[in-house]
Amino acid sequence: MKRANRILTILIFVFLYIPMAVLVVASFNTGKDITEFEGFTFQQYVRLFQDSSLLELLRNSLVVSVLASAAATIFGTVASVGIHSLNPRMRKAAMTLTNIPMTNPDIVTGVSLSLLFVFVGTKMLGQRNSLTFWTLLIAHITFNLPYVILNVMPKLKQMDASLTDAAMDLGCTPVQAFFRVTLYEIMPGIVSGAIMAFTMSLDDFVISYFVSGLDFVTLPVEIYSYTKKPLQPKIYAMFTLLFLLILALMIAMNLIQIYGDKKKTQSRSAGV
Amino acid sequence: MKKNNAVLLSAPYLIWMVVFTLIPLGVVAYYALTDPSTGAFSLGNLANLGMYLPVLWQSIVYSLVSACICLILGYPVAYFIAHCSVRAQKFLYMLVMLPMCMSFLLRTLAWVGLLQDTGIINTLLGKIGIGPLTMIRTPGAVVLGMVYNYLPYMILPLYATIVKIDPRLIEAAEDLGCNGVQVFSRVVLPLSVPGILSGMTMVFVPSVSTFYISQKLGGTDTVLIGDVIERQFKQGNNPNLGAALSLVLMLLVLVCTSILNRFGGDQEEGGVLV
Repeated sequence: MKRANRILTILIFVFLYIPMAVLVVASFNTGKDITEFEGFTFQQYVRLFQDSSLLELLRNSLVVSVLASAAATIFGTVASVGIHSLNPRMRKAAMTLTNIPMTNPDIVTGVSLSLLFVFVGTKMLGQRNSLTFWTLLIAHITFNLPYVILNVMPKLKQMDASLTDAAMDLGCTPVQAFFRVTLYEIMPGIVSGAIMAFTMSLDDFVISYFVSGLDFVTLPVEIYSYTKKPLQPKIYAMFTLLFLLILALMIAMNLIQIYGDKKKTQSRSAGV
Repeated sequence: MKKNNAVLLSAPYLIWMVVFTLIPLGVVAYYALTDPSTGAFSLGNLANLGMYLPVLWQSIVYSLVSACICLILGYPVAYFIAHCSVRAQKFLYMLVMLPMCMSFLLRTLAWVGLLQDTGIINTLLGKIGIGPLTMIRTPGAVVLGMVYNYLPYMILPLYATIVKIDPRLIEAAEDLGCNGVQVFSRVVLPLSVPGILSGMTMVFVPSVSTFYISQKLGGTDTVLIGDVIERQFKQGNNPNLGAALSLVLMLLVLVCTSILNRFGGDQEEGGVLV
């Protein structure tokens, strides 16, 4: 039974990783066709870095995801502290509101935001082009916020409330108590929320597709429009590099967690 | 921190969420109830919806099938991960999460390369003498795309529930004379119901609303509701009908998730991954 389970798990991982392996292999292919490996080359990577329009798309994607996840992290952390001290009924309402973008299908979120922007932009403000960088950023912040809140709230709940009381008894102002005690305690939640928000933002296609205009396009939206023409192999090179970047990010996150756990058990055993 | 001041911190967030999640849904309803050409109040868009019932039904069937396949495939994997050493658990968790962070467009395109008539799988099959199989542009390919893309969304919540099951309960069941199958069916499985429900929801919702997977892997007879909505906005130029269809999709998801939540009891935090 156990062995069958192990074999199945390995097979599932193979299933999950085969398409990615296909893309990575295709990035070293001299030919254009993904289905046929003609020869090994690094040429696609050279071409990638010579293609200024592709790099600009990547830059656009990074700009939006960094700004949106940073804004959502700060905004969301502050909001979590606020929601945490609401009375239970209000807190429940706030969490329901937070869950709306999580449970709504992406396409509905995208469509509803784009209709809002078009409605306000063209009908109320009379602009001809109502979908811009700013609408894209607002949309990304909106769908990033729940990830931050849902990661930070449990940490606030787990935290011993007497810690902040102690800090204030010892002379901290509430703001100081937040920065010196609370922030430290909820940091793991903030970090994982921020990383989740960033990756969701970077990879988002559906919502961006509906809310981005023609003057500011992100990489996934452009890749979607590429598919009518054959895909350029440089894209595979970019995929491989992004894969390595995210792999590094995740390993770093793992190491931080392991290190954090170690430090906690150490400080605890030292205290006894 | 003084309670009143702290409460104020949540106000900007609540306003933001009302403006950018609730009001947009109101705007969708407004578009759904107005005539595309005159802009006057009309029920015409809603009257047209009947035409799309088969498509809606097809979307529901495909996504339910996908969610069930994900459950069957994902449960053993989640169970296996939950019974590894802590360090191995973290590593495997990361391996499950990693594909979720990579471009799902490109990963789906890779499946096109694998499945197409002259694709990688058919080339390999050809080498051992099995003639080219038609795999792409079939309902099976669409379901495969859904399972592939959303399987991690099933494994992660399942893992999170299974790992929390108290091993003493299993020992107690064994002491009281249960065999392996009974322990699983009477203790482990009932305790993993919350994870199963949250995983089913997390696979069902993106599957039922997808348009990319069915456009790339499906054919002309595998059109899903997401495709229709996308076409209304991006090609058909009838955002009012698109809005009405979005409303239907939203209600469908709402009904399905509330049915699932009723089984699972209330959890304030809902289906969180972490």
